[in-house]
Amino acid sequence: MSYLPSGTVYGVLLNFREEFDALRPQMYAPPYNAPPVAPVLYLKTANTWSTHGSAIPVPARVPEVKVGATVGMVIGAQGDVEGFVLMNDLSIPHTSFFRPPVRFKCLDGFLGIGAAMLDAQEVSDPADFRLEVRINGEPRQFVDFSQTMRSAEQLLSDVGAFMTLAHGEVLMLGCGAGRPRARVGDRIEISAPGFDTLVNTLVGEAA
Amino acid sequence: MRHARILFEGAVHDAAEDDGGLLLADGRRVAAESVSWLPPLAPTPRPRTILALGLNYADHAKELAFKAPDEPLVFIKGESTLTGHRQITRRPSGVQFMHYECELVVVIGKTARKVRRDDAYDFVRGYTVANDYAIRDYLENWYRPNLRVKNRDTCTPIGPWLVDAADIPDPMSLALQTTVDGKLTQSGNTKDMIFDVPFLIEYFSSFMTLSPGDLILTGTPDGVVDCQPGDVVVTEIERIGALVNTIQGDA
Repeated sequence: MSYLPSGTVYGVLLNFREEFDALRPQMYAPPYNAPPVAPVLYLKTANTWSTHGSAIPVPARVPEVKVGATVGMVIGAQGDVEGFVLMNDLSIPHTSFFRPPVRFKCLDGFLGIGAAMLDAQEVSDPADFRLEVRINGEPRQFVDFSQTMRSAEQLLSDVGAFMTLAHGEVLMLGCGAGRPRARVGDRIEISAPGFDTLVNTLVGEAA
Repeated sequence: MRHARILFEGAVHDAAEDDGGLLLADGRRVAAESVSWLPPLAPTPRPRTILALGLNYADHAKELAFKAPDEPLVFIKGESTLTGHRQITRRPSGVQFMHYECELVVVIGKTARKVRRDDAYDFVRGYTVANDYAIRDYLENWYRPNLRVKNRDTCTPIGPWLVDAADIPDPMSLALQTTVDGKLTQSGNTKDMIFDVPFLIEYFSSFMTLSPGDLILTGTPDGVVDCQPGDVVVTEIERIGALVNTIQGDA
């Protein structure tokens, strides 16, 4: 049976250096007025969860979605890391990060989840993760987890400073720069050494 | 009827209000003082979606120097921020401004997808009270209000009761108030919400399916003040209940 999280799934904004640097010129102007200090988190609610292989519905009003290839870090019983799972954190494209992105990120089915969790013991360093995103077979993005602002360990520590992540909860490590867009009919594949490839197809939402 | 979930003699029980005491599901009657209160919510098979509104009372929006929003300002909380009635909430050391927010909570009763506002109340299981604490020192203008302000452990007391929807014929006309050590500091009425309960159910269910046990925290009116360690904060909503919480300072 496909893996599904047993706890809340959290994501983090701007955890890749290239993405952060691209936004830096705007960070000192309103509405932000300063670069973020603590990790900027959001949630992917349970209605967003799509298993590997399933079709993800896209409402007719949404011409394109942004693909968010990432790795979810699954929290263990002692607050340690139990494992890692590929995730496809879809969003409706948006340019402002001032308000929480609920209506852009929490649509039904908008989180593809890898079929299996890779045990933490199989991973020497999450910075070694390299993801490839293909859309309809074409390579569209390469994500290098050595280029994060906060390492997995640092992120866990900085989030843990203000909230406890419980056993089974998931903290996604961020999405890289240059995220591709996809539309209804597209087949999105996210692959990485050591993981089974995560595949989801976008379909038009039933009226 | 008013429902609770409590810890008594080491076990979790569903209970109902009974003449000022509690009637456990197994038939025993116990005194309210002899139990530890949990959020009055049955477990859900998947993590509960907890939607919370900011600036949903015009007076509070004004108090915080914001114009009333054109669409709901919504953020999401994780289940681990919840705690029960008569529990403690921790105030980090060194912070300047930590305030309560007394809020009417809608508990969803059945799967809600693309619900029309005229049908919205059919999807409500009941109501409870939340105290949606915020620690304003940690506000940043990134996904504001950010989780460091709003999703801290123990910072969302909820309860004591889940009150059946049938017992609350008009949730849009309920007095809310907060007292700090017995002194009235916040007072309002749910009729002053900018986006009312039927609107919110229609709005959220237009893009995300709500499931039984999901929560909508509907925002707070004017009158938030700083709370210090030792303060007893009581957030109360007419006909729903009085939620008691004590602030504890972090060492």
